[in-house]
Amino acid sequence: MKQTLPLLAALTLVVGSLGAQAKPVATGAGATLIKNATVLTVTKGTLSNADVLIQNGKIAQVGANIAAPAGATVIDATGKFLMPGIIDPHTHMMSDAINEGSLSVTSMVRIQDILNPTAVNIYRALAGGVTSINILHGSANTIGGQNATVKLKWGENVEQMMFPGAPPGIKFALGENVTRKNQNQIVIPGQPTTRRYPVSRMGQEEVVRDAFTRARDYKVTLDEYKARAAKGEKNLVAPRRDLELEPLVEVLEGKRLVHAHSYRSDEMLMLLNLADEFGFRIQTLQHGLEGYKIASEVAKHGAGLSSFADSWSYKIEAYDAIPYNVAILARHGVVTTINSDSDERIRRLNIDAAKLVRYGGLSEEEALATITINGAKQLGVADKVGSIEVGKDADLSLWNNHPLSVYANVDKTFVDGKVYFDRQQDLAMRDQKAKERADLEKAEANQAPGNRRATQPVIPQEER
Amino acid sequence: MTRMHRATTATALAAGLTLLAAPAQGQLGSYNPPPGPQKTFAITNARIVPVSGPEIASGTIVISGGKIQSVGASVAVPSGADVINGAGLRVYPGMMDAGTSIGLSEIGQGANATVDISETGSFNPNAMAYYGLNPHSAHIGVTRVVGITHVITRPTGGILSGQAALVNLAGSTAPQMAVVRTLASVIELPRTGFGGRGFGGFLAAQNAGSTQDVNRTRQRQLDSLRTMLRDAEAYGKAMDAYAKDKSLPRPKPDVVLASLVPVVRGQMPVLMVADRATDIKEAVGFAEENKLRPIIVGARDAWQITSFLKDHDVPVLITSVMDLPTREDDPYDVNYSAPAKLAQGGVRFAITSGDAGAETRNLPYTAGMAAAFGLSKDDALKSVTLWPAQIFGVADKFGTIEPGKIANLVVTDGDVLEAKTTTKYLFIDGRLVPLESKHTDLNDKFKDRP
Repeated sequence: MKQTLPLLAALTLVVGSLGAQAKPVATGAGATLIKNATVLTVTKGTLSNADVLIQNGKIAQVGANIAAPAGATVIDATGKFLMPGIIDPHTHMMSDAINEGSLSVTSMVRIQDILNPTAVNIYRALAGGVTSINILHGSANTIGGQNATVKLKWGENVEQMMFPGAPPGIKFALGENVTRKNQNQIVIPGQPTTRRYPVSRMGQEEVVRDAFTRARDYKVTLDEYKARAAKGEKNLVAPRRDLELEPLVEVLEGKRLVHAHSYRSDEMLMLLNLADEFGFRIQTLQHGLEGYKIASEVAKHGAGLSSFADSWSYKIEAYDAIPYNVAILARHGVVTTINSDSDERIRRLNIDAAKLVRYGGLSEEEALATITINGAKQLGVADKVGSIEVGKDADLSLWNNHPLSVYANVDKTFVDGKVYFDRQQDLAMRDQKAKERADLEKAEANQAPGNRRATQPVIPQEER
Repeated sequence: MTRMHRATTATALAAGLTLLAAPAQGQLGSYNPPPGPQKTFAITNARIVPVSGPEIASGTIVISGGKIQSVGASVAVPSGADVINGAGLRVYPGMMDAGTSIGLSEIGQGANATVDISETGSFNPNAMAYYGLNPHSAHIGVTRVVGITHVITRPTGGILSGQAALVNLAGSTAPQMAVVRTLASVIELPRTGFGGRGFGGFLAAQNAGSTQDVNRTRQRQLDSLRTMLRDAEAYGKAMDAYAKDKSLPRPKPDVVLASLVPVVRGQMPVLMVADRATDIKEAVGFAEENKLRPIIVGARDAWQITSFLKDHDVPVLITSVMDLPTREDDPYDVNYSAPAKLAQGGVRFAITSGDAGAETRNLPYTAGMAAAFGLSKDDALKSVTLWPAQIFGVADKFGTIEPGKIANLVVTDGDVLEAKTTTKYLFIDGRLVPLESKHTDLNDKFKDRP
């Protein structure tokens, strides 16, 4: 390993500064009253000068002139806009690894096993009004790993962040990332450069067909065993548990949601038809940039679409992407969302949603739905989040301007009624954080090699 | 006399242009309908945002011969003008992205044959973006319809990357598009020390050897660059002397050095790519040592050294407003709020999309984000109109709605920096530009497919 010392110094500084962002704020007595906001409920219209009462982490009341319960924290939101927390159906945030790409079917691996709850991008996403995310396995293989649906409870551990009651899901992927047409341009040390089946869209179909043929057979074995056990047969030997096929059986039983990365309309249609043949449903086409070419077929199957607002042309299969995609599918009755697939873009999904008003003429409420309630539907949690309705989780974001305006920024973000981002608090803490940083930089361990001692340490030749 | 009093008539006019154009389909980059002729146009009853002065609540703009002829609350409509009723609409000067490589690369990944953004080797001062520019790039059509009417497109890579061009985003050929073929030279100085540039930078640092090795390599590169600049200076002197006195030895012509003569004479600005404060200072120091006129591109940390930049009178093109903070303990809005800090510090700057091509159309929202974090809305608009034009010395042609300037105008139904705003009319070089693009074309083809 070369340059061990500077690297270690850099790591030390990073470790020293973990937690430099603001910590969540506990609100008083479990109750918070947000007063006099413009409330964008998304499902029940827009309410002017309205109040929202949060109790026990839930939305307890929505309306005019709500009286503050004793001990409640009251937030004057005059001139501000309250919307449901933003839901991003496609991220790789917090992930220490994204792909287990060694095999074409890795349904046995789980994203929830490799999540880092201290990833600072959680905080940055909260600052963009995001409260729930779907963390997907990467797109290296046709059938990838199991996803994790997470609430962005910054400062808490992974178990506390897992979205309670969210149905499990799995990532599928089709197209260029799977067939690795570009692999000779992406050199990652340690990764094999040999080709892995499949290298064509023909092979992709076969991989899914083969996997579900085996899963169907496994399910027959399981069902036969259960039926015989139910009849009270003695001395039965249970079938060997198959961690690869188990999640696929759950897909066949409608208990696990399929999120399928796909770009070209032909590969999407292949998958929809294959799913129809095997009797399961694709929950979402992820990206689905050419979904507009087969809008009727997507609607007929009942798949949702989670797409980019306007990203395109970054690779061949994205060259026919158009920003009208979401609007066209929405008009065909498809549940559509905007996703980020990026720790950067996730911070400004509100602007991406606003683009749908321009491209395709969605109403402002329809545009907001693509980053709130529709995401909740795609992740199977619409009974809990995605709109401002009594009884739902108090996952909310408060903005200083209409959230579809580029001039808007987030004042506060609540998850389960608790403030996890507060701009005023963040601003107030900056001087203290700057001092902390300066102190850390002065520490000897963080000095550049040349400054640490009179002379630079000599790195032994064999270690270089 | 052809007078059209209704906006819908002008829409029909724009549509007619498209029909005449009938773009060939099915080929990479053949989607941009050509603009119409330079006629006399009058946009009436519109809310005019001239940028050079206060808004005009309801006024008229007259265009002819490719130029803005007059603008004001009570301007007469010339006879024979095509009239666009701008009631309920706003008119802005066309926006300028001064930091793109649009037209030089169509599909960055998996389609190398469409990428003409960099030459091989480190010293290519004579490589011209103008010759890599594909006028039929689909990126151009989708970018201009949000109101970005002209850009500076530049080559990248190496140390002397080549020369950037100032082009209008309309026209079927590079000569039709170019306003200035060689506006600025591009220098990507080798960075100081390690770090940055993501995983690739990390790997490069791992493979670079010791600090001393890196610094030695860097010094060697800088020395080569200095030598080349000095050679160019000498070459220019020799050429001038020979032009005056043909009895002198005739200098050997050299197209590479010839391209650097205006650079070393301070006649052509130099775009110097740098993000970190140390790299920016280093670039400015190098420029001053070599009598260059620097404009910093990237400029992520320029907000940390505003007094330095102001003292040295160095303008910056900021490309990183939408980037994630680079350090874990940076404030979450460190890059969003950078333009506001530059403005407070009195630094001349322009906001750019920071994108090579396809996403250049996010320029207005990038400026809008800066306004969400402290920059005034007026300054946000100036940072994508007037200020880039001033930085490049082309404010006599672009940046405001004033008589005599090139008629690059966008007519919208709302604030031009808002993502939900729709463009109603677009003028580039005094020509009405159809609002069709690859994207509207595919939308039209498929939206009603049963």
